[in-house]
Amino acid sequence: MPLESHSSLVDCLSDPAKTRGQSAREWDLLIRHARHANLLARLHDRMASVDGLASVPEAPRRHLIAAHNLARRQHQAVRHETDELRRALQPEGIDVILLKGAAYVVAELPSAAGRVFSDIDILVPKPQLAQAESALMRHGWMGAELSNYDQRYYRRWMHELPPMQHMFRGSALDVHHTILPPTARYHPDPASLVSESVPVPGWPGVRVLAPTDMILHSATHLFHEGEADNALRDLSDMDLLLRHFSEGANNDFWHRLAARAREQHLTHPLWLALRYTQHIFATPVPADIAQSLASAAPGTLRIRLLDTMYSRVLRPQHPGCNDALSAPARLALYIRGHWLRMPPHLLALHLARKAITPEDKPTTDEADETERAA
Amino acid sequence: MNLAQLSNAELARRLGRAGVRLRTGPFVFSIRSPLSEIHDGLRILHADTPLAADDEFVDYHIAINAGRHVRRWLRPQACFEVDGVEPFKPLPRAQALAMLEWGMNWCITAYGHHQLVIHAAAVAKGDHAAILPAPPGSGKSTLCAALINRGWRLLSDELTLISLETGEIQPLARPVNLKNASIQIMRDFAPEAIFGPVIEDTSKGTVGLMRPPTASVMSAALPAKPTWIVLPKYTAGAAPQLTPMSQGEAFLSLADNAMNYHILGQDGFHAIGRLIDASPSYRFEYSRLDDAIAAFDELANAA
Repeated sequence: MPLESHSSLVDCLSDPAKTRGQSAREWDLLIRHARHANLLARLHDRMASVDGLASVPEAPRRHLIAAHNLARRQHQAVRHETDELRRALQPEGIDVILLKGAAYVVAELPSAAGRVFSDIDILVPKPQLAQAESALMRHGWMGAELSNYDQRYYRRWMHELPPMQHMFRGSALDVHHTILPPTARYHPDPASLVSESVPVPGWPGVRVLAPTDMILHSATHLFHEGEADNALRDLSDMDLLLRHFSEGANNDFWHRLAARAREQHLTHPLWLALRYTQHIFATPVPADIAQSLASAAPGTLRIRLLDTMYSRVLRPQHPGCNDALSAPARLALYIRGHWLRMPPHLLALHLARKAITPEDKPTTDEADETERAA
Repeated sequence: MNLAQLSNAELARRLGRAGVRLRTGPFVFSIRSPLSEIHDGLRILHADTPLAADDEFVDYHIAINAGRHVRRWLRPQACFEVDGVEPFKPLPRAQALAMLEWGMNWCITAYGHHQLVIHAAAVAKGDHAAILPAPPGSGKSTLCAALINRGWRLLSDELTLISLETGEIQPLARPVNLKNASIQIMRDFAPEAIFGPVIEDTSKGTVGLMRPPTASVMSAALPAKPTWIVLPKYTAGAAPQLTPMSQGEAFLSLADNAMNYHILGQDGFHAIGRLIDASPSYRFEYSRLDDAIAAFDELANAA
């Protein structure tokens, strides 16, 4: 299948020794691809684990260190925010259930390596949602200013509250009550995600999803997401998590994962996740597991279409990695993401609305200010 | 090889395709642009800037493009792009050259967290450097421009880069950004200094970019040792006065002006601690540039 990545990034993440003897131009491209994929700090960590960056020429080394320093600062901030969230929610008897990047960092999982974020995601059981929202507001998290349309869109159709931001620290927070919108094709049971969640050692009142659910959530997120920017990063997260959770003899993780996927009606995203982690990161998925999910596989023609799209999405989203099909692939992804999340009549209305209200950018002055305040 | 050695045709060819690769201190910027403002501006401001070879590592791939669609004919614009990303809104095309310099600064502050980046000017005598951190409007750039026209080496007029390993200053030796009345003051003070076209009505007022001294550009690869911290303040009619500052105050004046202090955490704290341990700090009030130069020369002679 046409999954060559047109980038040495994946090879170098999998085997940092591949960077030995690279020319300056190859380093130039590698650093740019890694930056565009939000994987520059992870590349740093992979390289540093091998020889402490000794084999990296000075110019690219500076970029790796800069990205590492930024990620390190974000991890510190995430731990601090988690503590603040706990302070807000614990008195209400609500546990902080961290999702995605924040969960990896606080639970010290391998996918924390060089992970960067733009926000923190937490899961709150729907019955406690209103109580959690008002407790968070009392502790300084405010709903972002949204148009009435966006406000309604979130409240009515989404699986999360409109994004919140802390009024002093500026940190962004997404409060989810399940992992897929209520309008989506699949309906995983949010109550069992909560009841199966596990405490984080050393962090009373803080939990993360169970290993199987963490993978399923990441897969669901990646393959329902309409944006390509972090797709390769998310796939790399899954590769690291799958290797970690399946470590050790007599480990029945793979079977539990497949069973849980069937129970939660998430075999389709899991099938996709395993297909692409295997193809791109050579994740060692046992053959019997891949076979047991075969019923979730789409037909040959659809597989070919999905491969055409995902082989372009799961590349660094850098102009140098694009080919003639990259732009259509990103558009297809955007539509597919929405298609899976809402029924056609809602989708048509929503896309029409978004097409006529483009986003805004800062001026050079505002960008300066943001840089200083970041 | 430096930029002045490129023919007009060759400069245009590089700006149009692979990019002209400027080496400014520790960084290589590759610049592409179809705009004549950039072509002509680079010729004036970066004449002495060395060029990196085609097979070298490039730190930042940037472009200044014309606006898109109909707009480029109706209201000409300049758009800044770094490696395919446009981080901010377009500006009127007449401001393209200023946008290039601001965009280069943005790359360093947005991505350069391997070093401490202080919003400050820095100048040196020999390898002894004075850091001039100060809020906008304090006369920092004017003083810096005056000093480098009287024998001081320009390290940077806007961003002072401190290595976290060595504590040394990595020079940039890029054009000096003068604003409003300072432009004429400097033309009178240093008639031999070379200026790019004056750019009106920017968000910072009128901007004039001054070519950095050739000697400073030639030695931009040589780091300098932080030796003094001087907070300048222009006060009309004031006699020159250099007042020692406590270490605590000096620490805060640097931390307040550091662009990435909060990102570097402990490393940033140690880097600033090291700076103030090595460098006595002063407040400096002045009104006449000649007085200011005499005061700085005296500091240098005592070192």
